Amino acid sequence: MKQVNRLSGGLVDRDQVLGFTFDGKRYEGHGGDTLASALLANGVRLMGRSFKYHRPRGVMTAGSEEPDALVELRSGGRQEPNTRATVAELFDGMQARSQNRWPSLRHDMMAVNDRLSNFLTAGFYYKTFMWPKAFWEKLYEPTIRHAAGLGRVSGEDDPDVYDKGFLHCDLLIIGAGPAGLSAALTAGRAGARVILADEDFAFGGRLNAEMFEVGGEAGSDWAKAAVAELASMGNVRLMARTTVVGAFDHGVYGAVERVADHVAAPVEGQPRQVFWRITSKRALLCAGATERPIAFANNDRPGIMMASAVRSFANRWAVAAHETVAVFTNNDDGHRTAADLIAKGVRVTAVIDTRADAPAVEGAELFAGAQVIDSRGRLGLESVRIRTAQGFTRDIVCGALAVSGGWNPNVHLTCHQRGRPQWDETLAAFVPGPDLPVGMLVAGAASGVLSTEGALRTGAEGAVAVLADLGIAATAAVPQAEDAPVDLTPFWHVSESKGRAWIDMQNDVTVKDIKLAHQENFVSVEHLKRYTTLGMATDQGKTSNMGGLAVMAELTGKSIPETGTTMFRPPYTPVSFGALAGRAVGKHFHPVRETPSHNWATERGAVFVEVGDWLRAQWFPQPGETHWRQSVDREVLATRRSVGVCDVTTLGKIDVQGADAAEFLNKVYANAFAKLPVGKVRYGLMLREDGIAYDDGTAARFAEDHFVVTTTTANAVLVYRQMEFARQCLWPDLDVQLISTTEAWAQYAVAGPNSRKLLEKIVDPRFDISNEAFPFMACGEVTICGGLRARLFRISFSGELAYEIAVPTRYGDAMIRALMDEGEAFDVVPYGTEALGVMRIEKGHAAGNELNGTTTALNLGMGRMVSKKKDCIGNTLSERAGLNMADALKLVGVKPVDATQAVKAGGHLMAKEGPVDAAHDQGYVTSAAYSPILESSIGLALLKNGAARLGEVMRIANPLEGDDVEVEIVSAHFVDPDGEKLRV
Amino acid sequence: MGRSCVYKLKAMTALGGTKPRVDVFAGVKISENPDRALVSVSARQGHETVCRERARAFLGVDLPAPARAASSEGFGVLWIGPDAWMVEADHTRHELLASEIKTAVADAGSVVEQTDGWCRFEVEGSKVCDLFERLCNVDVQAMLGDAVVRTSIHHVGCYLWCREAGAAFTVMGPRSSAASLHHALIESAGVVSLD
Repeated sequence: MKQVNRLSGGLVDRDQVLGFTFDGKRYEGHGGDTLASALLANGVRLMGRSFKYHRPRGVMTAGSEEPDALVELRSGGRQEPNTRATVAELFDGMQARSQNRWPSLRHDMMAVNDRLSNFLTAGFYYKTFMWPKAFWEKLYEPTIRHAAGLGRVSGEDDPDVYDKGFLHCDLLIIGAGPAGLSAALTAGRAGARVILADEDFAFGGRLNAEMFEVGGEAGSDWAKAAVAELASMGNVRLMARTTVVGAFDHGVYGAVERVADHVAAPVEGQPRQVFWRITSKRALLCAGATERPIAFANNDRPGIMMASAVRSFANRWAVAAHETVAVFTNNDDGHRTAADLIAKGVRVTAVIDTRADAPAVEGAELFAGAQVIDSRGRLGLESVRIRTAQGFTRDIVCGALAVSGGWNPNVHLTCHQRGRPQWDETLAAFVPGPDLPVGMLVAGAASGVLSTEGALRTGAEGAVAVLADLGIAATAAVPQAEDAPVDLTPFWHVSESKGRAWIDMQNDVTVKDIKLAHQENFVSVEHLKRYTTLGMATDQGKTSNMGGLAVMAELTGKSIPETGTTMFRPPYTPVSFGALAGRAVGKHFHPVRETPSHNWATERGAVFVEVGDWLRAQWFPQPGETHWRQSVDREVLATRRSVGVCDVTTLGKIDVQGADAAEFLNKVYANAFAKLPVGKVRYGLMLREDGIAYDDGTAARFAEDHFVVTTTTANAVLVYRQMEFARQCLWPDLDVQLISTTEAWAQYAVAGPNSRKLLEKIVDPRFDISNEAFPFMACGEVTICGGLRARLFRISFSGELAYEIAVPTRYGDAMIRALMDEGEAFDVVPYGTEALGVMRIEKGHAAGNELNGTTTALNLGMGRMVSKKKDCIGNTLSERAGLNMADALKLVGVKPVDATQAVKAGGHLMAKEGPVDAAHDQGYVTSAAYSPILESSIGLALLKNGAARLGEVMRIANPLEGDDVEVEIVSAHFVDPDGEKLRV
Repeated sequence: MGRSCVYKLKAMTALGGTKPRVDVFAGVKISENPDRALVSVSARQGHETVCRERARAFLGVDLPAPARAASSEGFGVLWIGPDAWMVEADHTRHELLASEIKTAVADAGSVVEQTDGWCRFEVEGSKVCDLFERLCNVDVQAMLGDAVVRTSIHHVGCYLWCREAGAAFTVMGPRSSAASLHHALIESAGVVSLD
């Protein structure tokens, strides 16, 4: 088949012949074609099956509002379902397939649904699949999803990359039709920074689809010249193939640029789509208008199209919708279609105009005051039946019917911040209301000005007005153009139609469905939408919403504005998940924070764990170790026996300076810090305002006016933020300066009885780190390895004699290597977060599992730390009676009576005998580990009145996993309860 | 880099190399820069004027206003918060920059060593604005020389310092995220180099 419907003229590039397939059959089109125009050119009207009834459908529109001609493009990872053929730019080698049919588009077995349509009305699912309840998930829903629906994804990874970006401008112009181009010329010439975005690949909007002249030349030529002038301006950015999909706060707009959708595959490295966030000082919405249909019986046959689309296909793409076309209209626009087609030699068999006073048509038979009441043609339109003004019926032969029910301004973006459109009686349409997004103005057809001259004028005037706000002087220069008034008599649907009259093509919603919704009292537009699905899915009802409202208004006896509209929300047209994700996919989903020893740990084969964005070594497997426990047990035993090293750089470090630094810390910590001597470290607990503990750490005093606070890894940002809040808002009079230094220092815990010996080989000899000179909880600035500045802290999380040593981060890699080399004599081991966790549980130190947002200092066995002598965050509310009950939870240790059994975190403590239920809950296990020292599983638990219950035998119930373990309640300090190891 | 050879320990760049990495694309060059020492200076409450005066005497330049940077021979300074600045200098000559500045401002300011808290990339070339348009919500086209903003690049908080309008920028981000930040820079550089 050789482009049987291709006309002369148009804006396609005939020198460029593009081969493509549709359902495996080969066709040819031209550069500048869309898939829809190319298929029509080849005489293909049947392009898809409808969502619910599998009715044959063809293309209805020529733009992004298309509800019917949805296809699958490409294959494999690039397979893209539900692509509108009307916006799919044709490229050589395009593979397109129809969807939602089996076994073929022409012979779709699921079309049996159409026969059952009397049963499948609105609300059918809700009424029918109520019982048995269990069938819904396993049977009904999968079956319905299989039978209904649109295209399918391949399930393969998308091989393309997507991107995002940020643009800024004085004026964002949305839409590059006559209004947008006129505005851009006005603003561009005035020197404003302008972004002009249009979803089409060719700027010009309807200027490319009409035969009107602008300034004495063809509209499309004028558009071309305007684009050339704009392209020469350094202050104007032209963004074709870019849909502005949402209007957000503060003049920010979301826009999707389809960079490589119009080629088979992007150039290597080129993103397929880019999601731009455009920050504009002002925006001018020139989004045009969408033509609306008239509903009549069987108005969905392939070949029944919008009149403007028929005109677009003929004028822009040089394609006749069919060799014989009829027109059905309630306004003058339908007549334009007839005139343009006749001028191009297409046979127009009739113009059926609902208006009794319709103007005459030259070259076609006019039926004034008539209506189309039905159509015929199984897989494509063959004829329409009309009722004449005189009441006779007559069949008109036609392969295409161009329908025009008037125009709806594209007000969508004006409503994205809950603005409501207002009714315009002249247009019988909603136009933008007064509550526009801040900084937005509307021009052209989107504002309800439907003539070309009006669009050019309001675009230019709009630009002048918004630029004046910005202090930029601009002058409007408007070329001469068509300025016909709107002559329309509202007409929404043919009431005498016996068959189903389709309102929403994409969701198969009929006039009858709306009547049923009304009958069942779903009369609110929001209920109507959800009950019937009118206006949902990929087209969001761009061609159907108004029809649905009109029918409901008729039924309720209200006016259309009284009936109201549903809320328009972003996105204006469908946005791919790829564009939303941008480059944040796979391992680049979020940034990674690497510790200074990361490369070294990788060389050692460390297994890493994500802790927020940090990657921390979890354990370091040795040859022969086949289970993580073997590695962790070895690391624990070696550390407790001799010495181990762990990278603790991830702990938050906050530098606190100022004359009032000590007083400030006294206020943010629950315990006292004012009298901490210089050269000493103290453990500190921070409370929330409500008295709940939220973080713990240490503060080291390096000078009277200088502390370094450490936080947990997880709360580093939170603590810093809270401290800044306290500094700026709670105690602004204190002289305190805060800054994070987490990243500046590589910090290693060196733990174990030989830790001092190891450090003595690293720390320069002039620094005495003996027990006497540098006792437990000492800190100081030292130099190491021949003069490198470092900080040394004698603190311990493991319960062993231990230190933390910090060096400038760039030396962190060298430092771990030095510690390993120098520690070889002591059989030093690196240990990871698992061993760290085991040792802190053995020691009974609280960590994130215990600081879980519900626990107080009292619960954690640190009640006495909360100073009563000073004012600090949380101390007052920590005294609430409810937090200080006699049977308050207390931190204890648990140990299985049978050492072969394991304690698991999350299990609940119950009396040894008695029921296992929530009413008898005594507490819960917060942390658990296998202790290689004790050769037993152990745990930390929060137990009611726990401190008084040591020695009691209880059971840990874990009904979810079926565990039931007898345990003995013991001290939380399994190892070195008196802290002797720390002080040697 | 730096004086690492005087210690037994060998310094590494933020990207984990012994030499700074350089990536060149059509229109964009990205150079890791480990050779600048960084120190933060915050004026003590009630001593703001003295702190400024002492800092100016030492640095040879006025401490800049919000969102600005200033340079003298040997030093650069950028505003990082109310009465707070970051001072930069050549690392080889000023490895102990913090103590130098503390000596200069004395009790009028709080001084914190920040050199290794940050990774730093010098980004230059004709497509540098196109690059940053894809990375951060900053009007880079409008940035003049010595304009500085705090922004987020690939979810990483960074300083973006315009060295030459439309031609050269310095990006400073947290050192631990150097690899992620660098990845974001070179990925986008690859894209804009195609245009």
